[in-house]
Amino acid sequence: MSGSRIYGAYALCIVSLTALALLSVSIGVAQFDLRQLFTNPADLELLLLSRGPRTLAALLTGASLAVSGVIMQLLVRNKFVEPGTTGATEAAMIGLLVVTLLAPGWPIFAKMLAACITSLIGILGFLALSRVLPPTQPLLVPLVGLIYSGVLGAGVTFVAFQTDLLQYLGTWLNGGFSGVLAGRYELLWIAGGVTIAAYFAADRFTVAGLGPTTSRALGLPYRQVMAIGVTVIAIVTSLVVVTVGLLPFIGLVVPNIVSRLMGDNLRRSLPVVAAMGAGLVLFCDILGRVIRYPYEIPAGTVFGILGGIIFLWLLLGRRRNA
Amino acid sequence: MISIEALNHAAGTTQILHDITLTIPRGGLTALIGPNGAGKSTLLNLIAAQADVQSGRISVDDLDVATTPRTQLAQRMAVVAQRSDIASRLTVGDLVEFGRWPHSKGRLTPYDRAIASHALEVFDLTNLSHRFLDEISGGQRQRAFVAMAYTQQTDWLMLDEPLNNLDIRHARGLMGELARLVREENRSIVIVLHDLNHAAAWADHVVALDAGRVAFSGAPDQVLTAEALSTLYNAPIQTHMIDGRKVILHHR
Repeated sequence: MSGSRIYGAYALCIVSLTALALLSVSIGVAQFDLRQLFTNPADLELLLLSRGPRTLAALLTGASLAVSGVIMQLLVRNKFVEPGTTGATEAAMIGLLVVTLLAPGWPIFAKMLAACITSLIGILGFLALSRVLPPTQPLLVPLVGLIYSGVLGAGVTFVAFQTDLLQYLGTWLNGGFSGVLAGRYELLWIAGGVTIAAYFAADRFTVAGLGPTTSRALGLPYRQVMAIGVTVIAIVTSLVVVTVGLLPFIGLVVPNIVSRLMGDNLRRSLPVVAAMGAGLVLFCDILGRVIRYPYEIPAGTVFGILGGIIFLWLLLGRRRNA
Repeated sequence: MISIEALNHAAGTTQILHDITLTIPRGGLTALIGPNGAGKSTLLNLIAAQADVQSGRISVDDLDVATTPRTQLAQRMAVVAQRSDIASRLTVGDLVEFGRWPHSKGRLTPYDRAIASHALEVFDLTNLSHRFLDEISGGQRQRAFVAMAYTQQTDWLMLDEPLNNLDIRHARGLMGELARLVREENRSIVIVLHDLNHAAAWADHVVALDAGRVAFSGAPDQVLTAEALSTLYNAPIQTHMIDGRKVILHHR
């Protein structure tokens, strides 16, 4: 892919993200006029306290989920996995649930840390599981991942049911941004920071995606790169679950689309992956706000339907090509 | 010089290599031959630090393979594995540029780029440089991996059956190119070969493995005899001289 085309893609990403962000801050139940931002203090307040944080939260969530999806795909060397379909999210919920039951008074940051640790364990469990699957059957990996996350999820539901926490669980399961206000989303900046940090290891992830043999032949410390990747995924997953809840398929759909368009050299494609993830999540949030105006449909639900359809199309389309 | 001392290797309970002691000379093309399951790939992988040495010692020039950091080894020795199954979509050009990884860690200098584009030319891949690896043939992909290893610009180049999937023109072209690297750029190459005629035509040195032991080694003209090969492969094999070159007949 030539340099000018890549910069064209980057420019397109910036323009569409700006347009979506402007649209997002303009849509909502409260009156808001962007042109009066500096003359009407109520408008400025609305932007700073509600619409702005909500828009930023959606952008940060989408970007970091998409990036952790592509990292997971390179580490597992399978295009059809993402944290949400391989148990990472459910494992994070286990951590949250345990803390909620045993130490409900802990600050949100400690809860997030607990979720991060259980998520890490969950991912390592899946990696161990995926190692024993025959490499000749690539579709087994996502299927086993779905079952694995289903088992973990069932455990979470059972405990939540027994302890009357089902409603609480519901807020994690349906990812959405309606509760986002200034002061309640800032943890997501950490996810954004981790995502940017991952960009500096982009080449390492790309080489690791060539497999352990080639990585070793090129002198790449494969295990170290795996550890970095797994940590990034666990941090992003737990932060997103804690702050906005489950948003499935973003990490699956976005990297696959970008891979088809511009390949897997992350140095080039990672900015596009992040931008498309951010844009799609924000788009789904906007859609969820206008479909049943003035009521809202969570962005996770909107993308669950949209992403599910795209996922099926990718799976079936691949079989036709192969 | 690669020197191997008292090397034993087992996979589970199966002993694959038995007490191998061997030296591979510098500045030549060494062919590793032998029947299936003789341990050729295992030996190559151990030399290339793809697996841990269980007992014995391997050193490449002055570097002990077991204790030298990977990055340092990767600047001394490039490896082309037998089966490079690729799940990621990289272009041929990008893949070959990643051969500079041990030197540049991703920050390519104009010198790195020049070497990569030279490698594309040498291995007849310039026209394919913008194609994705999953959109080209197996033979083309094989050449792309050899080009990547070449781009590493190492003293030693280890190749495991690189002629797989290659047609006659490209197999001959690749062997000729490897021989040129030895002659003109003073590289040392170790190559696992199944085609005995390529071994006879191009190798400076032959090592034959049989059931995990060194059956014979030496200059191809001296060691590739009908008798030795027939024993090695447990099949009737004849050798003839045609136009001053050794030709090995084994088809019927």
